[in-house]
Amino acid sequence: MSVIDLKIFNNLRDAMGADFIGELIDTFLEDAPNQIAQMTHALAEKDAESFRRAAHTIKSNAATFGAAELSALARELEMMGRDKNLEVGSRFEVMKEAFEKARRQLSELR
Amino acid sequence: MIPSLEPARLLVVDDNSVNRMVLSRSLEQEGHLVETAENGQEGLEKFRTGTFDLMLLDIEMPIMNGFEVLESCLNDVDLRQIPIIMTSAMDELDAVVKCVELGAEDYLTKPINPILLRARVNASLEKKRLRDEQRKLFRTFATKEVAEELLRTGFSLGGKQVIASVLFADIRSFTTIAENQEPAESIDLLNQYFSLMFDAITNNGGTLNQLVGDGLMAVFGAPMFFDSHREKAVRAAREMLEQLKVFNQNQTAQGKAQIRIGIGIASGTMVAGYTGTQSRAIYTCIGDTVNLASRIEEYTKAALHPLLIDHYTRLGLPDDIKVEDLGKIVFKGKNQAINVFAVI
Repeated sequence: MSVIDLKIFNNLRDAMGADFIGELIDTFLEDAPNQIAQMTHALAEKDAESFRRAAHTIKSNAATFGAAELSALARELEMMGRDKNLEVGSRFEVMKEAFEKARRQLSELR
Repeated sequence: MIPSLEPARLLVVDDNSVNRMVLSRSLEQEGHLVETAENGQEGLEKFRTGTFDLMLLDIEMPIMNGFEVLESCLNDVDLRQIPIIMTSAMDELDAVVKCVELGAEDYLTKPINPILLRARVNASLEKKRLRDEQRKLFRTFATKEVAEELLRTGFSLGGKQVIASVLFADIRSFTTIAENQEPAESIDLLNQYFSLMFDAITNNGGTLNQLVGDGLMAVFGAPMFFDSHREKAVRAAREMLEQLKVFNQNQTAQGKAQIRIGIGIASGTMVAGYTGTQSRAIYTCIGDTVNLASRIEEYTKAALHPLLIDHYTRLGLPDDIKVEDLGKIVFKGKNQAINVFAVI
């Protein structure tokens, strides 16, 4: 099952050009693990602001590529960070799984 | 949508590298020149040192966020004329509204829609182009400060009471000169003369209000008040006479007629504001002080002095400006005699 909304993705590819979309995907796939690491670190340090910022970036980029589920999960975590609530339970793990699924499909699409 | 003929210089400020790439790529495809910055502080520095036509500014950023950058730009006389389009996530709309209220030109939500991006950027650039033209026009008639104030606050019809100095100047016997030369030559003469007079007025902080035939009216100390309005008005008048001297020397050298002018200045309270309609209005001043300045200007003919002022203007002059007391004069339409002084 597709985790990428292909209508959004194809629009992006058309707008950016087929040669540029690969570069854009690479940038996202290289950046996102850094943000996930930042979130992990922020949870350990109880740094809600840092957690929120990293989640914000993942939310934004996931939406750009049409990774709707990942974007929604990152947004959920961003809101928790904004509310200074770091009792994220399993939601962070669920988001990481969603990123892996998005990563696999985007690698195929590039 | 009409494509812009010249490429615009755009600055993209966003801490998210994917966003920077998407924005830059889209704008470059439109033929624009794009630079990027990764945080608010870097963005502000680039914006200050470069010559940009527009900035796309993210709100949520480390070091210096979009709000802070926007506020710094709006407080800077040179930067606030450059449009800023805020870019933000859909769920930051409250923040975006605040930015637009502060003075941001427009906003875009992320993920960026390329069609909307193109439309908003082109519309903002077009508005900037029109404002630049308007600014150029304003500056012909006013100081930079007044022009910027007008552009920032816009204008509303209706006046307010101000304390200022009004200057009237008229060419003596221009009609006689005009009859003896080609019409084109008369217009050319007027244009040369006016451009010299504008410079003298704006150099001294004055705002040119009206041109009627060969006469002009300027105000000092309004729309923006300054303490030395009386002195500045007189200094402008002296500069006008100096400029005219040079002008006349050139006229003589070309075998053309010389011109003489009379200048009258009065100071005090008056009602200043825009008169006209929303689509066509001029900034002007009305009231007794204005009428008096006009009467004093007419009186230069009889007094055989080119520059006359009223008593209240004289009180605002420093010692280095010498005057001669011409006594009390009764002007048409005035009950009381007015003490008039010639500036020498």
